[in-house]
Amino acid sequence: MISDWTLWLEWFIKSVILIFALLGGFAYLTWYERRALARIQTRIGPNRAGPFGLLQPIADAVKLIFKEELTPAKAFKFVFFLAPILTVVPSIIIAAVIPWGRSINLFGREITLYLADINVGILYFMSIAAISVYGIVLAGWSSNSKYAMLGGLRSTAQMISYELSLGIALVPVILLANSMRMIDIVEMQKAAWFILIQTVGAFIFWIATLAEVNRAPFDMPEAEQELTAGYHSEYSGMKFALFFMAEYQKMIIVSAIMAVFFFGGYLGPWVDQFPLLGPVYMFIKIVLLLFGMIWVRATWPRIRYDRLMEFGWKILVPLSIVIVFITATGILLAAEFSNNIFLWMIPVVSVIVGLIPVVMVYRSLRRISYERA
Amino acid sequence: MSVLDPIVELVRGLWVTLKSIGEKPVTFQYPEEKREVRQRFRGRHVLKRYDNGLEKCIGCSLCAAACPSDAIFVEAGENTDEKRFSPGERYASTYEINMLRCIFCGYCEDACPTEAIVLGDNYELSFFDRRSAIYTKEMLLESVPSQSQLTPQKVEDGEHNRSVPEMKDPRD
Repeated sequence: MISDWTLWLEWFIKSVILIFALLGGFAYLTWYERRALARIQTRIGPNRAGPFGLLQPIADAVKLIFKEELTPAKAFKFVFFLAPILTVVPSIIIAAVIPWGRSINLFGREITLYLADINVGILYFMSIAAISVYGIVLAGWSSNSKYAMLGGLRSTAQMISYELSLGIALVPVILLANSMRMIDIVEMQKAAWFILIQTVGAFIFWIATLAEVNRAPFDMPEAEQELTAGYHSEYSGMKFALFFMAEYQKMIIVSAIMAVFFFGGYLGPWVDQFPLLGPVYMFIKIVLLLFGMIWVRATWPRIRYDRLMEFGWKILVPLSIVIVFITATGILLAAEFSNNIFLWMIPVVSVIVGLIPVVMVYRSLRRISYERA
Repeated sequence: MSVLDPIVELVRGLWVTLKSIGEKPVTFQYPEEKREVRQRFRGRHVLKRYDNGLEKCIGCSLCAAACPSDAIFVEAGENTDEKRFSPGERYASTYEINMLRCIFCGYCEDACPTEAIVLGDNYELSFFDRRSAIYTKEMLLESVPSQSQLTPQKVEDGEHNRSVPEMKDPRD
């Protein structure tokens, strides 16, 4: 039993700050994406509401709240109502384990810059991320509409397939950090960010997260041209806004997780002297990773559904298993001969192995062009 | 085609989109910043005048006859030298175009024997009710530089007997 009421207060305040940061982050991520996409397409983007269009998200929110909410007559009303909640709640609570920094002294109290420090942080992330697929498939099913149904099914298949490689790509990180605690993982990257050691793993993780949050080029569940809006076709008003919110919050979360696992989290110059720099570094890294997602969306076309599945099962899963094997061997050899050269062999061998699927793709492309000729 | 092509092509695509961030946006900030329309743009109609201020329109209704969507309504009135609107016998006492029907095909322009009706460069034709979609003669008529050129004018007898101006160059 915790009798220290100040601890409860601290948790409460940190949770409120985190939730509001995520809500604000979601709102401004839509603004950021629209502005960045516009610049890439040599447009200006929203710039009317407030300076640089900064009030645009607020205008959008007000519009969505006051919009009429429709429920299809033959929908399963209870599940239809439950689905957006089931989608949005995991996307918020997943943020609890993200470390934003070490700890600061405030009012004579040591305050840690993270909400929960659980020793199985990675497992928590994986399991909560897996829950959000329920919301999507239930939304698709309860809408009683073929577009929503197909979108929901596609989403389920895709998320289950890519969660596999997502999880396996994290095993090298666990092996390198020798821990599943987020803090330990970040602190282990003082010498070198894990992207330098496990570049291929970082790429697999990134591709899998793109599929996990249904972003282009893996936005099959909501492919406009095929499925109108996919699983949320029948949703409007605030319920639609919740789906929208969940999607963008998940983008922020996976970028934060990516930063923690592969880009050194809150680490950066002078973070030892000034712990408050930690959140700043996290913020910068998240913004840059989010730009990567937007950039990819602006560049690459959506891939075909059968190729998405083939890519997930035939390339990413075997490759991530091989990478786990390589990392484990490198760590074992380094420990056996107490020579760090074996640790630096990991990226070299991984990249060479990572080129095998490239060759496979090249060969299959050449075969297709021969068949056409 | 080399083995690394699948990756090289992906990265080249990324490079193209990244480069375009530095380009100047092509957006026009519309209400403040208006774009010049093309020379042959077909916008809202304008009823033209001669240099002395007389209306070119003689109320012949050829534009109404040519109009494929029946958007133009013309009613003619008699000119006198005391109250002269246009050269010749008649002028358009009523001239209305229903902008909800008009398809901006420009046939009226082609049909007009005096080049009175011209499709101008104004494209800001929004309205809140159907009644304001009907553009009357006062709205369509070109403005005049001075009050003395307003129609009807009082003119010398026999000065403006010809309704269609004489052709300057018959081969034109």
